Amino acid sequence: MSVAPAEVERSETSEQAVPDMPWVTIVWNDPVNLMSYVTYVFQTVFGYAKPKAHKLMLDVHHKGKAVVSSGGREAMERDAETLHGYGLWATISHDS
Amino acid sequence: MTGAEQEPDEATGLEELMAGFRRSGRGATARFGAAQAAIIRDLVGQVAELVGGDTLDEGPPDDHPGEPKEGLDDDLASADDLAAMVGLTENAELPSDPVLARLLPDAYEDPEASGEFRRYTEQGLRSGKVAAARTVLATLPPKGGRVRLSGPEAQAWLRALNDVRLALGVRLEVTDDFDDQVAHMGPADPRAPYVGVYQWLAYLQETLVRALSR
Repeated sequence: MSVAPAEVERSETSEQAVPDMPWVTIVWNDPVNLMSYVTYVFQTVFGYAKPKAHKLMLDVHHKGKAVVSSGGREAMERDAETLHGYGLWATISHDS
Repeated sequence: MTGAEQEPDEATGLEELMAGFRRSGRGATARFGAAQAAIIRDLVGQVAELVGGDTLDEGPPDDHPGEPKEGLDDDLASADDLAAMVGLTENAELPSDPVLARLLPDAYEDPEASGEFRRYTEQGLRSGKVAAARTVLATLPPKGGRVRLSGPEAQAWLRALNDVRLALGVRLEVTDDFDDQVAHMGPADPRAPYVGVYQWLAYLQETLVRALSR
């Protein structure tokens, strides 16, 4: 199943996708990780369906970064730790 | 032992050695030539040594049953382990080695928050990467052959191959326009011999992702 590439204008709003969640995990683009692998990691780690995981991967690839999860700080730290285990470059931010 | 076995080579052509992984049950299977196995084992071992440091010498818990344990060294090792643990616990800074910095990245822009996160997570991250590397070394025969991976073993391979590619990517100074760079890379470029390996590992990982993808 394939999904159309994400539209450019959506990038501005992606960080506010879940407004009530104060912390976010961000994955940054890097030139080494395979697109298929990044999609697979999003599916595996977050249980996202393939279309959503694929769209997030494209956001990372085209926009340089994407918010991949949001919630409490401890949950975001767990996500970042897991993503580091897979070799993705993830950071945590306070979404103020 | 569920990981690997060697089979007679007669029915196998070069094609199968270049085909990479395909799905098998909940895991994946592939066939490796001796040279391929040697390259993977060497690089995976190097990354594990870099990431694991001293901890690599400890007896692995369950996936290395053939390896003898030196009971005599236990006392010495425990003193070292303590030092290593203290060192790791106190270490709150981004590693100065660029490969390590990529494999163990900062989690926050704020150095203080990053340091705090690192204190609690870095040791686990390191041992997870070493465990993945050990799974590769335990399932890939040194002389090559058929490798059959369970689901968890295949996951470990994915992560270990990715770590090797990240490490090579740093050393090769891979950027988004790397393909262009490669096209203009002369034979005297010290990176040239590793480019083929890097690209082959990307292909291999791609086939493993495909084999495991739903």
